Amino acid sequence: MAFVTQTIDINGCKLSFRRGGRGAPLIYLHGTDGLAEWPAMLDTLAERFDVIAPDHPGFGASEIPGWIDDVSDVAYLYLDAIERLGLSNLHVVGQSLGGWIALEMAVRSTQRLRSLTLISSAGIHVKGVPKADIFMIDPEEQARLAYADPKAGDAAAERAAADKYQDQAILNRIASARFGWQPRFFNPRLERWLHRVNVPTHLIWGDQDRIIPPAYGEAFRRLIPGSKLTTIPNAGHLPHLERADAVAKAMQTFLQN
Amino acid sequence: MKVMSFHLMPYADLDLSVKDKYRSVWVVLPNTYYDPQKGHALYNRYLDELELCAELGFDGICVNEHHQNAYGLMPSPVVMASALARRTRDCRIAILGNGFCLREHPLTLAEEHAMLDVITGGRVITGFVRGVGSEYFSFGTNPVYSLERHQEAHDLVVRAWTEPGPFAFEGKHYHFEYVNVWPRPFQKPHPPIWCPSMGSVETIEWAAHPDRKYVYLQNYSPAESVARYLNLYRELAQTRYGYEASSDRIGWCAPVYVGETDAKAVDEARDHIEALFNVFLPKISELMFFPPGYMSPESLKRALAHKRGHKGGVKIEHLIERGIMICGSPDTVRRRIAESHNLMGFQEFICMLQFGTLPGHLTEKNIRLFAAEVMPAVKTLTDRDYRGFELPKVAAE
Repeated sequence: MAFVTQTIDINGCKLSFRRGGRGAPLIYLHGTDGLAEWPAMLDTLAERFDVIAPDHPGFGASEIPGWIDDVSDVAYLYLDAIERLGLSNLHVVGQSLGGWIALEMAVRSTQRLRSLTLISSAGIHVKGVPKADIFMIDPEEQARLAYADPKAGDAAAERAAADKYQDQAILNRIASARFGWQPRFFNPRLERWLHRVNVPTHLIWGDQDRIIPPAYGEAFRRLIPGSKLTTIPNAGHLPHLERADAVAKAMQTFLQN
Repeated sequence: MKVMSFHLMPYADLDLSVKDKYRSVWVVLPNTYYDPQKGHALYNRYLDELELCAELGFDGICVNEHHQNAYGLMPSPVVMASALARRTRDCRIAILGNGFCLREHPLTLAEEHAMLDVITGGRVITGFVRGVGSEYFSFGTNPVYSLERHQEAHDLVVRAWTEPGPFAFEGKHYHFEYVNVWPRPFQKPHPPIWCPSMGSVETIEWAAHPDRKYVYLQNYSPAESVARYLNLYRELAQTRYGYEASSDRIGWCAPVYVGETDAKAVDEARDHIEALFNVFLPKISELMFFPPGYMSPESLKRALAHKRGHKGGVKIEHLIERGIMICGSPDTVRRRIAESHNLMGFQEFICMLQFGTLPGHLTEKNIRLFAAEVMPAVKTLTDRDYRGFELPKVAAE
């Protein structure tokens, strides 16, 4: 499926996104590694959906203007972008940092949203359940930690070692820190508003997630009314990459209903 | 030239085998390795050492700030400066530096520095630093906003020290309805501000700006980097800002050890300086030393490339050869400082006479030998002994 790169200007932020496929609109919000590794899952989804995959401000090809300080600003930016692109009945899929952004959008307005799919999402903190501190460890170590299968982890670590001094990897890390340094990848005020998420919500978690442990999936399931949790066996923090077929299958069942 | 004595106050009783058990002596080394009984003896010994320097005629004594580590045990350098304030009479007390931007309310430090300045009758030097990268782990402060906060905290503090209060400060990171610092500082317009750095283009650009013209102090680094960064200050002053930087704006800080002979000096200093570079200084990873956004991507890449070249154990011979440390007989040390001064023209020399595990008796011997045999000659160095500054050819074209 061919994806086309486009740019829109939202309040001075040049936002780059790739768009491909046809069907109901679906936006994919990436995690801290950006879209450098293109999830094959998006090609599969593009067979049934009009898939839009932006680079968050500061990541990939998107710029970061001075007024964007935190995830709240990014959420408003995407709500503006959705309006500008004339999208409605939008399926939002977010992974990790992207899941957090999706939730911040949804607690503000679900007017144009049809559903949420949150894959190993950040955004809240569960007391006594530590997340991995990705800023404390090298990208290689982070890559190993992100996969359940040690072989897949080693391969990812090799790619991370080759990339970590590249401009894009450095910029992605800076953008991740801007949004997730303190407190680490959560907004203490988000949890109290999660009851406002009034669209069908599907939580997907790898059973061996060592970055954001599965207890977070359980917590989101309790906090988001009517949400459903699918656990992917033998998967870490990146189930959409590590077990792409299983995740795509779970997503399609949810999105079709 | 002015000569000052700088102390890091390391936890010299550290069990050095932790190097192999933990990835760093910063942030993650459990504080159960700190024994307050031993710490009591060390703090008092270190304060004695700085007081001895004041007695022996150094122009200043210097303390600084680090957190959650065994490398430097002054999370609050103000506490140490306060202890020294009433035990010394004439010398300057330099806090090199304090991380104003690490705090949610930088005026707490502005008040404390002003108090010290009033107590000492104007002997305080205020070092404005952003802290090393690991402080951003200890404090939680977002490193991406470090530079913005640093500059804003500076503006807040200088205004608080110089403008009649109360006034409102309306910044992006700091917004306070009531700025009205009591006491006002003793010195007019305010204590001198210094910018100590391990080498950062952003810091030099900021320090050299004509509104500030602050002293730029290059911390221990290879001689060629020291020369490059100190010359960058002069170069920016001349080419970008259109003024000639005075040599009293330029400072260099280096570990120094003086022994009776070159061989004896190397022999006595070896284990202790190697402990500093191989145990106390290493960070958990380069990404912890340079957290994301702490410096520009360009500076980060330069710093990482430089650091990658220095894996493995450091030897004292290497430190001496690269001019990171000055070590030898009084004659050798005098000559090395004079040669460096001839090349770089700094008028502030800050020597670190205790380092790593250097014990009390050797530290005292080092201080006394330096003060008697080296310092008098070094203090006579002036701009006449400096070969002068020429713009690099590329920049001049």
